[in-house]
Amino acid sequence: MSNFWSGWIILLTSAQLVAALWILLGNRKKPTREIKTTGHRYDGLEELDTPLPTWWVYMFVSTIVWSVGYLILYPGMGNYQGLLGWTSIDQYEVRVAEADEQYRAMRDRYLAMPVEEIAFEPKVRKMGRRLFGNNCAQCHGSDAYGAHGFPNLADDDWLYGGTPEAIKATLIHGRQAAMPAWQAILGDSGIEEATQYVLSLNAREADSGKAAKGAQHFQAYCAACHGADGKGNQLMGAPNLTNGIWLYGGTADQIAHTLRNGRNGKMPAFSDTLTEDKIHILTAWVYGLGRSSSTTATAANL
Amino acid sequence: MATGAVESLPVTYNYKVVRQFAVMTVFWGIVGMGIGVWIAAQLAWPALNFDLPWTSFGRLRPLHTNAVIFAFGGSALFATSYYVVQRTCQARLMSDRLAAFTFWGWQAVIVAAAITLPMGLTSSKEYAELEWPIDILLAIVWITYAIVFFGTIMRRQVEHIYVANWFFGAFIVTVSILHVVNSAALPVTMTKSYSAYAGAVDAMVQWWYGHNAVGFFLTAGFLGMMYYFVPKQAERPVYSYRLSIVHFWALISIYIWAGPHHLHYTALPDWAQSLGMVMSLILLAPSWGGMINGIMTLSGAWDKLKDDPILRFLVVSLSFYGMSTFEGPMMAIKTVNSLSHYTDWTIGHVHSGALGWVAMISIGSLYHLFPKLFGKEQMYSVALINLHFWMSTIGTVLYIASMWVNGIMQGLMWRAYNEDGTLTYTFVESVVASHPGYIVRMIGGLIFFTGMLVMAYNVWMTTRRDVAVSITQPETVVATV
Repeated sequence: MSNFWSGWIILLTSAQLVAALWILLGNRKKPTREIKTTGHRYDGLEELDTPLPTWWVYMFVSTIVWSVGYLILYPGMGNYQGLLGWTSIDQYEVRVAEADEQYRAMRDRYLAMPVEEIAFEPKVRKMGRRLFGNNCAQCHGSDAYGAHGFPNLADDDWLYGGTPEAIKATLIHGRQAAMPAWQAILGDSGIEEATQYVLSLNAREADSGKAAKGAQHFQAYCAACHGADGKGNQLMGAPNLTNGIWLYGGTADQIAHTLRNGRNGKMPAFSDTLTEDKIHILTAWVYGLGRSSSTTATAANL
Repeated sequence: MATGAVESLPVTYNYKVVRQFAVMTVFWGIVGMGIGVWIAAQLAWPALNFDLPWTSFGRLRPLHTNAVIFAFGGSALFATSYYVVQRTCQARLMSDRLAAFTFWGWQAVIVAAAITLPMGLTSSKEYAELEWPIDILLAIVWITYAIVFFGTIMRRQVEHIYVANWFFGAFIVTVSILHVVNSAALPVTMTKSYSAYAGAVDAMVQWWYGHNAVGFFLTAGFLGMMYYFVPKQAERPVYSYRLSIVHFWALISIYIWAGPHHLHYTALPDWAQSLGMVMSLILLAPSWGGMINGIMTLSGAWDKLKDDPILRFLVVSLSFYGMSTFEGPMMAIKTVNSLSHYTDWTIGHVHSGALGWVAMISIGSLYHLFPKLFGKEQMYSVALINLHFWMSTIGTVLYIASMWVNGIMQGLMWRAYNEDGTLTYTFVESVVASHPGYIVRMIGGLIFFTGMLVMAYNVWMTTRRDVAVSITQPETVVATV
């Protein structure tokens, strides 16, 4: 801020404080035995000329004195920085640095250990649970079971892979799915036929005639990502269409909707939000979830 | 302007516009508080938004705030200021036609708000959500209000200007400046505009407006109401003229600085945050000046509280005013604010002012006013006023207490962390923990709202009473309708 505006702020602030003191002290009056009215009369209303309550005057003056002291110690008067040199960003950075210092040893210890090794350690599970609750649960749910459009992380089905490296890459860089819309190419009947085929891949009731035609569409347009057998491709995040797990719902209507309009699921990148050690611990926690279903009960690891 | 002795002059007052605004105060109070109870219930049971965009919390909440602040509070201020300025100046309103325009114009603004806000048309500025065409109408109505009010002051038959009119005047002048400056925007279509300000400046202008909507609309204006109806109902002189002078000038000059306390620990520069904080603290004494002057006016008349529920309304509202103006400066301190900000404590603080102070002083004043406006000696039922008083008090206390508990709990839960440095609670856990408080708040609001229905019945029966009683004449003036 320029010196002019800084001076303007100092001038206005000082003028306000002086004016408040002036009107306060200028209106003090010694208490008299008999309190009279001012002589004004409005619609039958009168006013007494009672002196200002002493305790109130002291309270008023003390808040002004306190404020002057504050403005000497802290920033407030334009460009003047205050004797303490305090700034809110410093206060924040100092506390972050203190926390870093306090947790560094633990953080470095876990960072040095492979994910597989720490995934079932109770302390890591507890930390991971808290980190998940505050960063991931908004989409994946407090139980990590996912929701419509957000994958279940507690089962063994992985869109982009369930290895420690794959989970960590997902956390650091995020993921952007890109299933194209097929309405323009397949038309209404083509969408219906492809839908019937996808149902048949799951051994569900399907119109066999339409499914046969759908199989041709599938090989022509879908197999490139989802594979000739429909079992998906984790390199592209293309889901397995044969295991009865549906990210966007598995009714015929929902499948047709996905085919018609495409899907663009997005997982945000957390590299700017969470530090490396926290991502490591979260990776271990999620990895533990995936593994736990075959070893110990999932709920126990939440 | 008359000099010296008061002479008998044949002046008649315009009570028609006062009566219109007074009746609409009760009506909009019921509407605005009813919506408040509904959205309070939505926070406890979200299914009550019925999955419709028009009835979702985000659209009804601004409708609630606009309806209670500007429709209910605004109509109460119009009614009382028009009444008080005429009686204390012993002059009829400067122009009946302009006064009628302010009534119909104000109602038009409110109806436009009630239509556009549920449609999702909003400037997104809190307490200034209305889009630009409505803002322009509002500005025209407000400037007309200023002309009528100050025009009447200029025609006064008494030498001095009564203290109530200082506060009404400051409220009218400042609100027009606040509204015009904060609502400045570039229109894109009839229903869409962009703020004239950007970034931290926009935030600062918004909260300069926002806090002075509290300071001038909800404080100075209602202090004007207090300065007439408290001494009138207590039949006692105002406690201290000196105190009036000191706290008036201190209040209106210092309030204007306090806005930055809404933006502690944000991108607003530190110097602005500090100034907002110290001025908010200094504001404690000027605020309490009004409370002292009101409550001490009852000196020698305390016994009247025993059997006058109108006076109880007025005195209890001053107690809530004193409490919330202590709480406000405290919450403006950065360290306290870092706990209270973004929690339900803020909502509780606002409602101790809005229900306890603004609504209760208005209700008390209206109970004084209605019989006079309709030519009756008193309200239909004093017992029902008493019932309303207890419903309002209990409703307010339930509301504030539940929000204190919720707010402090949320603030503590959000900042709690474990030995390993992770946060102890997730946000959703603080929402779950807030559920009982939301139910208690809804019950408190429901009781307060039901009290307004009791009032509406009492007012209705008062106007219907056949026995016309001659109204008390002011000392030199013949009041006609």
